[in-house]
Amino acid sequence: MKTLVWVEHDNVSVKDATLSAVTAASKLGEVHLLVAGKGCAGVAEAASKIAGVGKVHLADDAAYEHGLAENVAPLVASLMDHHDAAVFPATTTGKNVAPRVAALLDVMQISDILSVEGPDTFTRPIYAGNAIATVQTSDTKLVITVRGTAFPKAAAEGGAGVVEAVSGPGDAGLSSFAGAEIAKSERPELTSAKVIVSGGRALQNSENFHSIIEPLADKLGAAVGASRAAVDAGYVPNDYQVGQTGKIVAPEVYIAVGISGAIQHLAGMKDSKTIVAINKDEDAPIFQVADIGLVGDLFKIVPELTEKL
Amino acid sequence: MKVLVPVKRVLDYNVKPRVKADGTGVDLANVKMSMNPFDEIAIEEAVRLKEKGAATEVVVVTIGVAKAETDVLLTARAMGADRGILIATDDEVEPLAVAKLLKAVADEEQPGLIILGKQAIDDDSNQTGQMLAALLGWPQGTFASKVEIAGDHVKVTREVDGGLETVDLKLPAIVTTDLRLNEPRYATLPNIMKAKTKPIAKKTIADYGVDATPRLKTLKVVEPAKRSAGVKVADVDALVGKLKELGVA
Ligand SMILES: Cc1cc2nc3c(=O)[nH]c(=O)nc-3n(C[C@H](O)[C@H](O)[C@H](O)COP(=O)(O)OP(=O)(O)OC[C@H]3O[C@@H](n4cnc5c(N)ncnc54)[C@H](O)[C@@H]3O)c2cc1C
Ligand SMILES: Nc1ncnc2c1ncn2[C@@H]1O[C@H](COP(=O)(O)O)[C@@H](O)[C@H]1O
Repeated sequence: MKTLVWVEHDNVSVKDATLSAVTAASKLGEVHLLVAGKGCAGVAEAASKIAGVGKVHLADDAAYEHGLAENVAPLVASLMDHHDAAVFPATTTGKNVAPRVAALLDVMQISDILSVEGPDTFTRPIYAGNAIATVQTSDTKLVITVRGTAFPKAAAEGGAGVVEAVSGPGDAGLSSFAGAEIAKSERPELTSAKVIVSGGRALQNSENFHSIIEPLADKLGAAVGASRAAVDAGYVPNDYQVGQTGKIVAPEVYIAVGISGAIQHLAGMKDSKTIVAINKDEDAPIFQVADIGLVGDLFKIVPELTEKL
Repeated sequence: MKVLVPVKRVLDYNVKPRVKADGTGVDLANVKMSMNPFDEIAIEEAVRLKEKGAATEVVVVTIGVAKAETDVLLTARAMGADRGILIATDDEVEPLAVAKLLKAVADEEQPGLIILGKQAIDDDSNQTGQMLAALLGWPQGTFASKVEIAGDHVKVTREVDGGLETVDLKLPAIVTTDLRLNEPRYATLPNIMKAKTKPIAKKTIADYGVDATPRLKTLKVVEPAKRSAGVKVADVDALVGKLKELGVA
Protein backbone atom coordinates (compact mmCIF):
# COMPACT_ATOMS: atom_id res chain seq x y z
CA MET A 1 0.00 0.00 0.00
CA LYS A 2 1.21 3.53 -0.77
CA THR A 3 0.38 6.16 1.80
CA LEU A 4 0.47 9.93 1.52
CA VAL A 5 1.15 11.68 4.82
CA TRP A 6 0.21 15.34 4.94
CA VAL A 7 3.07 17.20 6.65
CA GLU A 8 2.07 19.75 9.26
CA HIS A 9 4.40 22.76 9.22
CA ASP A 10 4.51 26.54 9.39
CA ASN A 11 6.50 26.97 6.15
CA VAL A 12 9.63 26.90 8.30
CA SER A 13 9.80 23.61 10.15
CA VAL A 14 8.04 20.24 10.36
CA LYS A 15 5.69 19.93 13.33
CA ASP A 16 6.20 16.98 15.62
CA ALA A 17 2.69 15.62 15.09
CA THR A 18 3.77 14.65 11.57
CA LEU A 19 6.26 12.13 12.98
CA SER A 20 3.59 10.08 14.75
CA ALA A 21 1.50 10.10 11.59
CA VAL A 22 4.51 8.75 9.68
CA THR A 23 4.82 5.88 12.15
CA ALA A 24 1.14 5.02 11.73
CA ALA A 25 1.41 5.23 7.94
CA SER A 26 4.48 3.00 7.89
CA LYS A 27 2.35 0.23 9.39
CA LEU A 28 0.21 0.36 6.25
CA GLY A 29 2.97 0.48 3.66
CA GLU A 30 5.25 2.79 1.74
CA VAL A 31 5.35 6.34 3.12
CA HIS A 32 5.18 9.35 0.81
CA LEU A 33 4.78 12.88 2.11
CA LEU A 34 3.05 16.00 0.95
CA VAL A 35 4.48 19.37 1.89
CA ALA A 36 2.04 22.05 0.75
CA GLY A 37 2.79 25.66 1.55
CA LYS A 38 4.53 28.74 0.33
CA GLY A 39 8.31 29.08 0.28
CA CYS A 40 8.48 25.71 2.00
CA ALA A 41 11.25 23.99 0.06
CA GLY A 42 13.27 23.89 3.28
CA VAL A 43 10.45 22.04 5.00
CA ALA A 44 10.39 19.47 2.19
CA GLU A 45 14.16 19.09 2.50
CA ALA A 46 13.85 18.48 6.25
CA ALA A 47 10.89 16.15 5.76
CA SER A 48 12.85 14.04 3.29
CA LYS A 49 15.19 13.12 6.15
CA ILE A 50 12.44 11.58 8.27
CA ALA A 51 13.27 7.90 8.70
CA GLY A 52 11.49 5.60 6.28
CA VAL A 53 10.22 8.24 3.91
CA GLY A 54 10.16 7.67 0.14
CA LYS A 55 8.95 10.45 -2.10
CA VAL A 56 8.22 13.96 -0.79
CA HIS A 57 5.70 15.84 -2.90
CA LEU A 58 6.29 19.56 -2.68
CA ALA A 59 3.46 21.90 -3.65
CA ASP A 60 4.81 25.42 -3.31
CA ASP A 61 2.09 27.95 -4.05
CA ALA A 62 0.67 31.03 -2.30
CA ALA A 63 -2.70 29.22 -2.24
CA TYR A 64 -1.32 26.71 0.27
CA GLU A 65 0.52 29.16 2.53
CA HIS A 66 -2.01 29.06 5.36
CA GLY A 67 -3.29 25.54 4.86
CA LEU A 68 -6.78 26.64 3.85
CA ALA A 69 -8.86 23.46 3.52
CA GLU A 70 -10.66 24.76 0.43
CA ASN A 71 -7.33 24.84 -1.42
CA VAL A 72 -5.39 22.01 0.21
CA ALA A 73 -8.10 19.32 0.08
CA PRO A 74 -8.39 19.28 -3.74
CA LEU A 75 -4.59 19.10 -3.94
CA VAL A 76 -4.48 16.05 -1.67
CA ALA A 77 -7.39 14.47 -3.53
CA SER A 78 -5.60 14.99 -6.85
CA LEU A 79 -2.62 12.97 -5.57
CA MET A 80 -4.78 10.08 -4.43
CA ASP A 81 -4.86 8.42 -7.85
CA HIS A 82 -1.38 7.22 -6.99
CA HIS A 83 -1.83 6.55 -3.27
CA ASP A 84 -4.05 4.22 -1.28
CA ALA A 85 -4.24 6.08 2.02
CA ALA A 86 -4.18 9.76 2.98
CA VAL A 87 -2.86 10.10 6.52
CA PHE A 88 -3.13 13.25 8.65
CA PRO A 89 -2.11 14.01 12.23
CA ALA A 90 -5.25 14.61 14.33
CA THR A 91 -4.31 18.24 14.99
CA THR A 92 -6.72 21.11 14.44
CA THR A 93 -5.26 21.62 10.96
CA GLY A 94 -5.35 17.92 10.09
CA LYS A 95 -8.92 17.62 11.38
CA ASN A 96 -9.91 20.62 9.28
CA VAL A 97 -8.56 19.29 5.99
CA ALA A 98 -8.87 15.48 6.15
CA PRO A 99 -12.69 15.13 6.09
CA ARG A 100 -12.84 17.51 3.14
CA VAL A 101 -10.47 15.18 1.30
CA ALA A 102 -12.51 12.15 2.35
CA ALA A 103 -15.73 13.62 0.98
CA LEU A 104 -14.04 14.56 -2.31
CA LEU A 105 -12.95 10.92 -2.61
CA ASP A 106 -16.32 9.57 -1.38
CA VAL A 107 -14.61 7.84 1.53
CA MET A 108 -15.68 7.53 5.16
CA GLN A 109 -12.79 8.92 7.21
CA ILE A 110 -11.44 6.99 10.17
CA SER A 111 -10.78 9.60 12.84
CA ASP A 112 -8.15 9.66 15.54
CA ILE A 113 -6.80 6.12 15.20
CA LEU A 114 -5.05 4.54 18.17
CA SER A 115 -3.69 1.48 16.37
CA VAL A 116 -3.43 -0.21 13.01
CA GLU A 117 -4.85 -3.72 13.31
CA GLY A 118 -4.66 -4.58 9.63
CA PRO A 119 -4.74 -2.91 6.21
CA ASP A 120 -8.41 -2.02 6.66
CA THR A 121 -8.87 -2.30 10.43
CA PHE A 122 -8.15 0.25 13.13
CA THR A 123 -9.00 1.08 16.71
CA ARG A 124 -10.32 4.50 17.67
CA PRO A 125 -11.76 6.13 20.79
CA ILE A 126 -15.45 7.00 20.99
CA TYR A 127 -17.49 8.63 23.78
CA ALA A 128 -14.54 10.72 24.99
CA GLY A 129 -12.36 7.65 25.18
CA ASN A 130 -14.78 5.79 27.45
CA ALA A 131 -14.95 3.12 24.79
CA ILE A 132 -12.54 1.90 22.14
CA ALA A 133 -14.02 0.71 18.87
CA THR A 134 -12.36 -1.60 16.37
CA VAL A 135 -13.57 -0.62 12.92
CA GLN A 136 -13.08 -2.16 9.51
CA THR A 137 -13.55 -0.13 6.37
CA SER A 138 -14.89 -1.29 3.03
CA ASP A 139 -13.60 1.79 1.20
CA THR A 140 -10.82 1.12 -1.29
CA LYS A 141 -9.02 4.38 -0.50
CA LEU A 142 -8.38 5.27 3.12
CA VAL A 143 -8.48 8.66 4.80
CA ILE A 144 -7.16 8.54 8.35
CA THR A 145 -6.30 10.94 11.14
CA VAL A 146 -3.78 9.77 13.72
CA ARG A 147 -3.79 10.42 17.46
CA GLY A 148 -0.27 11.62 18.17
CA THR A 149 -0.01 10.15 21.65
CA ALA A 150 -0.83 6.64 20.38
CA PHE A 151 2.18 6.23 18.06
CA PRO A 152 5.87 6.82 18.76
CA LYS A 153 7.50 9.52 16.70
CA ALA A 154 9.47 8.47 13.63
CA ALA A 155 13.10 9.59 13.77
CA ALA A 156 13.44 13.06 12.24
CA GLU A 157 16.80 12.10 10.73
CA GLY A 158 18.13 9.14 8.81
CA GLY A 159 15.75 9.02 5.88
CA ALA A 160 16.63 9.66 2.25
CA GLY A 161 13.41 10.76 0.59
CA VAL A 162 13.36 12.36 -2.82
CA VAL A 163 11.67 15.72 -3.21
CA GLU A 164 9.47 16.11 -6.26
CA ALA A 165 7.55 19.27 -7.15
CA VAL A 166 3.85 18.91 -7.84
CA SER A 167 1.28 21.47 -8.79
CA GLY A 168 -2.30 21.40 -7.67
CA PRO A 169 -5.53 23.14 -8.51
CA GLY A 170 -4.39 26.29 -6.65
CA ASP A 171 -6.75 28.83 -5.13
CA ALA A 172 -10.38 27.74 -5.06
CA GLY A 173 -11.38 31.37 -4.57
CA LEU A 174 -13.69 30.56 -1.67
CA SER A 175 -11.71 31.68 1.34
CA SER A 176 -8.79 33.75 2.49
CA PHE A 177 -6.60 33.95 5.55
CA ALA A 178 -7.31 37.08 7.59
CA GLY A 179 -4.90 36.78 10.48
CA ALA A 180 -3.78 34.75 13.47
CA GLU A 181 -2.91 35.18 17.09
CA ILE A 182 -0.44 32.41 17.69
CA ALA A 183 0.87 32.25 21.21
CA LYS A 184 4.64 32.30 21.51
CA SER A 185 6.04 30.62 24.52
CA GLU A 186 9.41 29.61 25.83
CA ARG A 187 7.83 26.56 27.37
CA PRO A 188 7.71 23.11 25.80
CA GLU A 189 4.72 22.42 23.56
CA LEU A 190 1.81 20.79 25.39
CA THR A 191 1.50 17.83 23.07
CA SER A 192 5.16 16.89 23.24
CA ALA A 193 6.10 17.93 26.80
CA LYS A 194 7.51 15.37 29.24
CA VAL A 195 5.90 17.11 32.19
CA ILE A 196 2.68 19.13 32.27
CA VAL A 197 1.24 21.22 35.07
CA SER A 198 -2.47 21.95 34.51
CA GLY A 199 -4.71 24.27 36.45
CA GLY A 200 -8.47 24.31 36.84
CA ARG A 201 -11.32 26.51 37.94
CA ALA A 202 -9.99 26.46 41.50
CA LEU A 203 -7.29 28.98 40.53
CA GLN A 204 -10.07 31.61 40.61
CA ASN A 205 -8.47 34.13 38.28
CA SER A 206 -5.76 34.78 35.76
CA GLU A 207 -3.35 36.36 38.28
CA ASN A 208 -3.49 33.30 40.51
CA PHE A 209 -3.07 31.01 37.56
CA HIS A 210 0.11 32.78 36.54
CA SER A 211 1.53 33.25 40.02
CA ILE A 212 0.80 29.72 41.25
CA ILE A 213 0.94 27.38 38.26
CA GLU A 214 3.75 28.95 36.25
CA PRO A 215 6.50 28.97 38.90
CA LEU A 216 5.88 25.26 39.48
CA ALA A 217 6.00 24.61 35.73
CA ASP A 218 9.22 26.64 35.50
CA LYS A 219 10.82 24.54 38.24
CA LEU A 220 9.91 21.34 36.42
CA GLY A 221 10.60 22.58 32.89
CA ALA A 222 6.98 21.72 32.24
CA ALA A 223 4.34 22.81 29.76
CA VAL A 224 1.22 24.46 31.15
CA GLY A 225 -2.28 23.13 30.52
CA ALA A 226 -5.75 23.92 31.79
CA SER A 227 -9.25 22.58 32.14
CA ARG A 228 -12.06 23.94 30.04
CA ALA A 229 -13.43 25.76 33.05
CA ALA A 230 -10.17 27.68 33.45
CA VAL A 231 -10.11 28.57 29.76
CA ASP A 232 -13.79 29.54 29.63
CA ALA A 233 -13.29 31.81 32.62
CA GLY A 234 -10.46 33.53 30.75
CA TYR A 235 -7.58 32.58 33.07
CA VAL A 236 -5.58 31.30 30.07
CA PRO A 237 -6.03 31.16 26.26
CA ASN A 238 -7.87 28.39 24.42
CA ASP A 239 -4.74 26.59 23.27
CA TYR A 240 -4.09 25.52 26.89
CA GLN A 241 -7.20 23.32 27.04
CA VAL A 242 -6.64 19.62 27.62
CA GLY A 243 -9.50 17.22 27.01
CA GLN A 244 -12.01 15.60 24.70
CA THR A 245 -12.33 18.81 22.74
CA GLY A 246 -8.95 20.29 23.51
CA LYS A 247 -5.51 18.75 23.28
CA ILE A 248 -4.76 15.10 23.87
CA VAL A 249 -1.61 14.72 25.93
CA ALA A 250 0.33 11.81 27.39
CA PRO A 251 3.38 13.14 29.21
CA GLU A 252 5.57 11.24 31.65
CA VAL A 253 4.03 13.23 34.47
CA TYR A 254 0.77 15.18 34.47
CA ILE A 255 0.08 17.33 37.51
CA ALA A 256 -3.58 18.37 37.84
CA VAL A 257 -4.06 21.28 40.21
CA GLY A 258 -7.60 22.18 41.29
CA ILE A 259 -9.17 20.14 38.51
CA SER A 260 -12.12 17.93 39.41
CA GLY A 261 -11.55 15.27 36.76
CA ALA A 262 -14.67 15.44 34.56
CA ILE A 263 -14.73 12.71 31.89
CA GLN A 264 -14.15 15.32 29.19
CA HIS A 265 -10.94 16.39 30.91
CA LEU A 266 -9.79 12.83 31.62
CA ALA A 267 -10.28 12.06 27.91
CA GLY A 268 -7.33 14.31 27.17
CA MET A 269 -4.82 13.14 29.77
CA LYS A 270 -5.60 9.72 31.16
CA ASP A 271 -2.90 8.09 29.05
CA SER A 272 -0.25 10.06 30.91
CA LYS A 273 2.33 7.77 32.47
CA THR A 274 2.02 9.18 35.97
CA ILE A 275 -0.84 11.41 37.10
CA VAL A 276 -0.47 13.62 40.15
CA ALA A 277 -3.54 15.36 41.58
CA ILE A 278 -3.78 18.19 44.05
CA ASN A 279 -7.34 18.88 45.15
CA LYS A 280 -9.01 19.91 48.39
CA ASP A 281 -11.90 17.50 47.87
CA GLU A 282 -10.76 13.97 48.70
CA ASP A 283 -13.67 12.57 46.71
CA ALA A 284 -12.84 14.46 43.52
CA PRO A 285 -12.99 12.04 40.56
CA ILE A 286 -9.46 13.00 39.53
CA PHE A 287 -8.21 10.85 42.43
CA GLN A 288 -9.71 7.76 40.75
CA VAL A 289 -7.09 8.03 38.01
CA ALA A 290 -4.27 9.67 39.93
CA ASP A 291 -1.19 7.65 40.81
CA ILE A 292 -0.23 10.17 43.45
CA GLY A 293 -2.76 12.34 45.23
CA LEU A 294 -2.43 15.12 47.76
CA VAL A 295 -5.58 16.40 49.43
CA GLY A 296 -5.46 20.02 50.48
CA ASP A 297 -5.59 23.67 49.55
CA LEU A 298 -3.64 24.35 46.40
CA PHE A 299 -2.93 27.92 47.51
CA LYS A 300 -0.84 26.48 50.35
CA ILE A 301 0.43 23.31 48.69
CA VAL A 302 1.65 24.54 45.33
CA PRO A 303 3.83 27.44 46.55
CA GLU A 304 5.35 25.14 49.17
CA LEU A 305 5.96 22.46 46.54
CA THR A 306 7.57 24.96 44.17
CA GLU A 307 9.76 26.16 47.00
CA LYS A 308 10.89 22.68 48.03
CA LEU A 309 11.71 21.38 44.57
CA MET B 1 -30.59 34.73 4.72
CA LYS B 2 -31.74 31.35 5.91
CA VAL B 3 -29.58 29.45 8.41
CA LEU B 4 -29.66 25.66 8.53
CA VAL B 5 -28.58 23.91 11.74
CA PRO B 6 -28.07 20.13 11.79
CA VAL B 7 -28.36 18.67 15.27
CA LYS B 8 -27.66 15.19 16.59
CA ARG B 9 -29.33 13.35 19.42
CA VAL B 10 -26.64 11.80 21.62
CA LEU B 11 -26.07 10.29 25.05
CA ASP B 12 -26.29 13.20 27.52
CA TYR B 13 -22.82 14.48 28.32
CA ASN B 14 -23.38 14.01 32.05
CA VAL B 15 -24.03 10.29 31.70
CA LYS B 16 -21.10 7.94 32.01
CA PRO B 17 -21.08 5.72 28.91
CA ARG B 18 -21.21 1.98 29.60
CA VAL B 19 -19.84 -0.52 27.16
CA LYS B 20 -22.24 -3.41 26.56
CA ALA B 21 -21.06 -6.75 27.88
CA ASP B 22 -21.28 -8.36 24.43
CA GLY B 23 -18.85 -5.80 23.01
CA THR B 24 -21.24 -4.50 20.34
CA GLY B 25 -21.37 -0.90 21.48
CA VAL B 26 -22.35 1.49 24.23
CA ASP B 27 -25.56 0.86 26.12
CA LEU B 28 -28.17 3.44 25.13
CA ALA B 29 -31.21 1.71 26.63
CA ASN B 30 -32.97 3.73 29.30
CA VAL B 31 -30.35 6.46 29.52
CA LYS B 32 -30.81 10.18 29.13
CA MET B 33 -30.38 11.42 25.56
CA SER B 34 -29.89 15.08 24.69
CA MET B 35 -28.87 17.41 21.94
CA ASN B 36 -25.13 17.25 21.21
CA PRO B 37 -23.69 20.18 23.26
CA PHE B 38 -21.93 21.68 20.25
CA ASP B 39 -25.23 21.71 18.36
CA GLU B 40 -26.90 23.73 21.12
CA ILE B 41 -24.16 26.27 20.54
CA ALA B 42 -24.93 26.14 16.80
CA ILE B 43 -28.63 26.80 17.39
CA GLU B 44 -27.80 29.64 19.75
CA GLU B 45 -25.54 31.27 17.18
CA ALA B 46 -28.17 30.96 14.46
CA VAL B 47 -30.87 32.42 16.69
CA ARG B 48 -28.60 35.31 17.64
CA LEU B 49 -27.97 36.02 13.95
CA LYS B 50 -31.73 36.16 13.49
CA GLU B 51 -32.16 38.43 16.49
CA LYS B 52 -29.51 40.76 15.07
CA GLY B 53 -31.30 40.84 11.74
CA ALA B 54 -28.50 39.02 9.89
CA ALA B 55 -30.67 35.94 9.37
CA THR B 56 -34.33 35.64 8.46
CA GLU B 57 -35.13 32.05 9.32
CA VAL B 58 -33.53 29.24 11.34
CA VAL B 59 -34.24 25.70 10.17
CA VAL B 60 -33.11 22.75 12.28
CA VAL B 61 -32.61 19.25 10.87
CA THR B 62 -31.82 15.93 12.47
CA ILE B 63 -31.20 12.46 11.12
CA GLY B 64 -32.11 9.89 13.70
CA VAL B 65 -34.85 8.11 15.61
CA ALA B 66 -38.46 9.35 15.47
CA LYS B 67 -38.25 10.22 19.15
CA ALA B 68 -35.99 13.16 18.23
CA GLU B 69 -39.14 15.01 17.25
CA THR B 70 -40.26 15.31 20.85
CA ASP B 71 -36.87 15.96 22.41
CA VAL B 72 -34.01 17.54 20.48
CA LEU B 73 -36.08 19.08 17.69
CA LEU B 74 -38.47 20.46 20.26
CA THR B 75 -35.62 21.89 22.32
CA ALA B 76 -34.15 23.49 19.19
CA ARG B 77 -37.44 25.16 18.32
CA ALA B 78 -37.92 26.27 21.92
CA MET B 79 -34.50 27.92 21.73
CA GLY B 80 -35.71 29.89 18.72
CA ALA B 81 -35.48 27.77 15.57
CA ASP B 82 -38.47 28.42 13.31
CA ARG B 83 -39.10 24.95 11.98
CA GLY B 84 -37.68 21.46 11.95
CA ILE B 85 -36.94 18.61 9.58
CA LEU B 86 -36.77 15.05 10.88
CA ILE B 87 -35.15 12.47 8.63
CA ALA B 88 -36.24 9.41 10.54
CA THR B 89 -34.18 6.23 10.71
CA ASP B 90 -33.43 3.63 13.35
CA ASP B 91 -30.06 2.87 11.84
CA GLU B 92 -26.80 4.55 12.71
CA VAL B 93 -25.86 6.91 9.91
CA GLU B 94 -22.18 7.70 9.35
CA PRO B 95 -20.88 11.25 8.89
CA LEU B 96 -20.36 10.77 5.14
CA ALA B 97 -23.98 9.71 4.65
CA VAL B 98 -25.17 12.44 7.04
CA ALA B 99 -23.25 14.95 4.92
CA LYS B 100 -24.89 13.61 1.75
CA LEU B 101 -28.35 13.91 3.29
CA LEU B 102 -27.57 17.42 4.53
CA LYS B 103 -26.39 18.35 1.04
CA ALA B 104 -29.75 17.22 -0.32
CA VAL B 105 -31.52 19.31 2.33
CA ALA B 106 -29.33 22.30 1.49
CA ASP B 107 -30.10 21.93 -2.22
CA GLU B 108 -33.78 22.16 -1.34
CA GLU B 109 -33.60 24.85 1.31
CA GLN B 110 -30.83 27.04 -0.18
CA PRO B 111 -29.52 28.38 3.14
CA GLY B 112 -26.86 31.12 3.17
CA LEU B 113 -25.12 29.57 6.14
CA ILE B 114 -25.06 26.11 7.72
CA ILE B 115 -23.87 25.92 11.33
CA LEU B 116 -22.96 22.49 12.71
CA GLY B 117 -21.28 21.30 15.86
CA LYS B 118 -17.57 20.64 15.44
CA GLN B 119 -17.96 17.15 16.82
CA ALA B 120 -20.63 14.77 18.03
CA ILE B 121 -19.70 13.63 21.52
CA ASP B 122 -20.70 10.03 20.82
CA ASP B 123 -18.69 9.10 17.72
CA ASP B 124 -16.19 11.97 18.25
CA SER B 125 -15.73 11.98 14.47
CA ASN B 126 -15.34 15.71 13.81
CA GLN B 127 -16.06 15.25 10.09
CA THR B 128 -19.59 16.07 9.05
CA GLY B 129 -19.24 19.85 8.57
CA GLN B 130 -16.04 19.56 6.55
CA MET B 131 -17.54 16.81 4.40
CA LEU B 132 -20.69 18.81 3.77
CA ALA B 133 -18.57 21.80 2.76
CA ALA B 134 -16.71 19.62 0.25
CA LEU B 135 -19.90 18.16 -1.20
CA LEU B 136 -21.47 21.61 -1.61
CA GLY B 137 -18.22 23.21 -2.81
CA TRP B 138 -18.54 25.82 -0.04
CA PRO B 139 -15.85 27.28 2.22
CA GLN B 140 -15.64 26.14 5.83
CA GLY B 141 -14.91 27.90 9.11
CA THR B 142 -14.37 25.07 11.57
CA PHE B 143 -13.95 25.23 15.37
CA ALA B 144 -15.40 28.73 15.46
CA SER B 145 -15.17 30.98 18.49
CA LYS B 146 -16.50 34.05 16.67
CA VAL B 147 -18.70 34.52 13.60
CA GLU B 148 -19.23 37.91 11.94
CA ILE B 149 -21.40 38.33 8.87
CA ALA B 150 -20.39 41.24 6.62
CA GLY B 151 -22.31 41.53 3.36
CA ASP B 152 -21.76 38.42 1.29
CA HIS B 153 -18.84 37.28 3.42
CA VAL B 154 -18.44 35.79 6.86
CA LYS B 155 -15.40 36.21 9.07
CA VAL B 156 -14.76 33.24 11.31
CA THR B 157 -12.30 33.16 14.20
CA ARG B 158 -11.12 29.60 14.71
CA GLU B 159 -9.64 27.87 17.76
CA VAL B 160 -6.47 26.18 16.51
CA ASP B 161 -3.67 24.33 18.29
CA GLY B 162 -1.42 27.38 18.45
CA GLY B 163 -4.10 29.91 19.43
CA LEU B 164 -6.59 31.66 17.16
CA GLU B 165 -6.87 32.08 13.41
CA THR B 166 -9.29 34.18 11.38
CA VAL B 167 -10.52 33.29 7.92
CA ASP B 168 -12.70 35.22 5.55
CA LEU B 169 -15.25 33.09 3.69
CA LYS B 170 -17.56 33.76 0.78
CA LEU B 171 -21.19 33.03 1.53
CA PRO B 172 -22.80 30.54 1.36
CA ALA B 173 -20.52 28.87 3.88
CA ILE B 174 -20.23 26.20 6.55
CA VAL B 175 -19.38 26.99 10.17
CA THR B 176 -18.68 24.43 12.89
CA THR B 177 -18.89 25.53 16.51
CA ASP B 178 -16.34 25.34 19.28
CA LEU B 179 -17.22 25.57 22.96
CA ARG B 180 -16.52 29.25 23.45
CA LEU B 181 -18.60 30.60 20.56
CA ASN B 182 -21.48 31.42 22.92
CA GLU B 183 -23.40 30.18 25.91
CA PRO B 184 -26.64 28.57 24.75
CA ARG B 185 -29.87 29.74 26.35
CA TYR B 186 -32.15 27.34 28.17
CA ALA B 187 -35.29 26.13 26.54
CA THR B 188 -37.85 27.46 29.02
CA LEU B 189 -41.11 25.65 29.66
CA PRO B 190 -43.32 28.36 28.10
CA ASN B 191 -41.08 28.34 25.02
CA ILE B 192 -41.28 24.56 24.87
CA MET B 193 -45.07 24.79 24.93
CA LYS B 194 -45.01 27.39 22.16
CA ALA B 195 -42.47 25.40 20.14
CA LYS B 196 -44.96 22.54 19.84
CA THR B 197 -46.89 24.55 17.27
CA LYS B 198 -43.83 25.26 15.12
CA PRO B 199 -43.83 23.02 12.04
CA ILE B 200 -41.90 19.79 11.58
CA ALA B 201 -41.46 18.07 8.22
CA LYS B 202 -41.09 14.30 8.49
CA LYS B 203 -38.92 12.63 5.92
CA THR B 204 -37.07 9.40 5.32
CA ILE B 205 -33.63 8.75 3.86
CA ALA B 206 -35.30 7.35 0.73
CA ASP B 207 -37.00 10.73 0.13
CA TYR B 208 -33.57 12.15 -0.64
CA GLY B 209 -32.34 9.26 -2.75
CA VAL B 210 -29.14 8.97 -0.72
CA ASP B 211 -27.29 5.68 -0.29
CA ALA B 212 -26.59 5.60 3.44
CA THR B 213 -25.00 2.14 3.52
CA PRO B 214 -22.23 2.23 6.14
CA ARG B 215 -18.63 2.01 4.97
CA LEU B 216 -17.29 1.13 8.39
CA LYS B 217 -18.12 -2.02 10.25
CA THR B 218 -17.66 -1.99 14.01
CA LEU B 219 -16.03 -5.29 14.87
CA LYS B 220 -16.04 -4.71 18.59
CA VAL B 221 -16.25 -2.08 21.30
CA VAL B 222 -14.33 -2.49 24.53
CA GLU B 223 -13.64 -0.48 27.63
CA PRO B 224 -10.27 1.23 27.70
CA ALA B 225 -7.63 -0.17 30.01
CA LYS B 226 -8.59 0.95 33.50
CA ARG B 227 -6.27 3.09 35.57
CA SER B 228 -6.27 2.08 39.14
CA ALA B 229 -6.26 4.73 41.80
CA GLY B 230 -2.80 5.13 43.28
CA VAL B 231 -1.70 6.36 46.64
CA LYS B 232 -2.47 9.50 48.56
CA VAL B 233 0.53 11.15 50.13
CA ALA B 234 0.32 12.99 53.44
CA ASP B 235 2.13 16.21 52.71
CA VAL B 236 4.26 18.23 50.35
CA ASP B 237 7.50 16.58 51.52
CA ALA B 238 6.14 13.18 50.61
CA LEU B 239 5.05 14.53 47.22
CA VAL B 240 8.51 15.97 46.61
CA GLY B 241 9.92 12.52 47.44
CA LYS B 242 7.63 10.87 44.90
CA LEU B 243 8.49 13.39 42.21
CA LYS B 244 12.18 12.77 42.87
CA GLU B 245 11.62 9.02 42.51
CA LEU B 246 10.03 9.73 39.14
CA GLY B 247 13.09 11.69 38.16
CA VAL B 248 11.24 14.90 37.36
CA ALA B 249 12.49 16.89 40.30
C1 LIG C 1 -19.09 19.00 25.11
C2 LIG C 1 -18.18 19.24 26.25
C3 LIG C 1 -16.81 19.20 26.02
C4 LIG C 1 -15.92 19.45 27.06
N1 LIG C 1 -14.59 19.39 26.79
C5 LIG C 1 -13.72 19.60 27.79
C6 LIG C 1 -12.30 19.53 27.59
O1 LIG C 1 -11.84 19.31 26.46
N2 LIG C 1 -11.49 19.74 28.63
C7 LIG C 1 -11.95 20.01 29.91
O2 LIG C 1 -11.14 20.18 30.83
N3 LIG C 1 -13.27 20.07 30.12
C8 LIG C 1 -14.16 19.89 29.10
N4 LIG C 1 -15.50 20.00 29.36
C9 LIG C 1 -15.93 20.52 30.69
C10 LIG C 1 -15.96 19.48 31.79
O3 LIG C 1 -17.20 18.81 31.75
C11 LIG C 1 -15.80 20.17 33.15
O4 LIG C 1 -16.82 21.14 33.30
C12 LIG C 1 -14.46 20.87 33.36
O5 LIG C 1 -13.40 19.99 33.01
C13 LIG C 1 -14.33 21.30 34.80
O6 LIG C 1 -13.14 22.03 35.00
P1 LIG C 1 -12.45 22.08 36.45
O7 LIG C 1 -12.13 20.71 36.87
O8 LIG C 1 -11.36 23.07 36.35
O9 LIG C 1 -13.57 22.75 37.34
P2 LIG C 1 -14.46 22.13 38.49
O10 LIG C 1 -15.18 20.94 38.03
O11 LIG C 1 -15.23 23.26 39.04
O12 LIG C 1 -13.40 21.63 39.56
C14 LIG C 1 -12.64 22.47 40.38
C15 LIG C 1 -11.92 21.56 41.37
O13 LIG C 1 -11.06 22.34 42.16
C16 LIG C 1 -11.10 21.89 43.50
N5 LIG C 1 -10.72 23.04 44.36
C17 LIG C 1 -11.41 24.19 44.57
N6 LIG C 1 -10.71 25.02 45.36
C18 LIG C 1 -9.53 24.39 45.65
C19 LIG C 1 -8.39 24.74 46.39
N7 LIG C 1 -8.29 25.92 47.02
N8 LIG C 1 -7.38 23.84 46.48
C20 LIG C 1 -7.45 22.65 45.85
N9 LIG C 1 -8.52 22.27 45.12
C21 LIG C 1 -9.54 23.13 45.02
C22 LIG C 1 -12.53 21.44 43.71
O14 LIG C 1 -12.58 20.47 44.76
C23 LIG C 1 -12.86 20.86 42.36
O15 LIG C 1 -12.58 19.47 42.30
C24 LIG C 1 -16.41 19.74 28.35
C25 LIG C 1 -17.78 19.76 28.57
C26 LIG C 1 -18.66 19.53 27.54
C27 LIG C 1 -20.12 19.57 27.80
N1 LIG D 1 -27.41 12.33 12.57
C1 LIG D 1 -27.19 13.65 12.48
N2 LIG D 1 -28.21 14.52 12.26
C2 LIG D 1 -28.00 15.85 12.16
N3 LIG D 1 -26.78 16.41 12.31
C3 LIG D 1 -25.74 15.60 12.52
C4 LIG D 1 -25.87 14.19 12.63
N4 LIG D 1 -24.65 13.67 12.84
C5 LIG D 1 -23.78 14.71 12.89
N5 LIG D 1 -24.43 15.87 12.70
C6 LIG D 1 -23.86 17.24 12.70
O1 LIG D 1 -22.46 17.14 12.47
C7 LIG D 1 -21.71 17.61 13.58
C8 LIG D 1 -20.41 16.85 13.72
O2 LIG D 1 -20.63 15.47 13.92
P1 LIG D 1 -19.50 14.36 13.74
O3 LIG D 1 -18.86 14.61 12.42
O4 LIG D 1 -20.24 13.05 13.79
O5 LIG D 1 -18.56 14.52 14.89
C9 LIG D 1 -22.68 17.51 14.75
O6 LIG D 1 -22.33 18.40 15.78
C10 LIG D 1 -24.01 17.89 14.08
O7 LIG D 1 -24.11 19.29 13.90
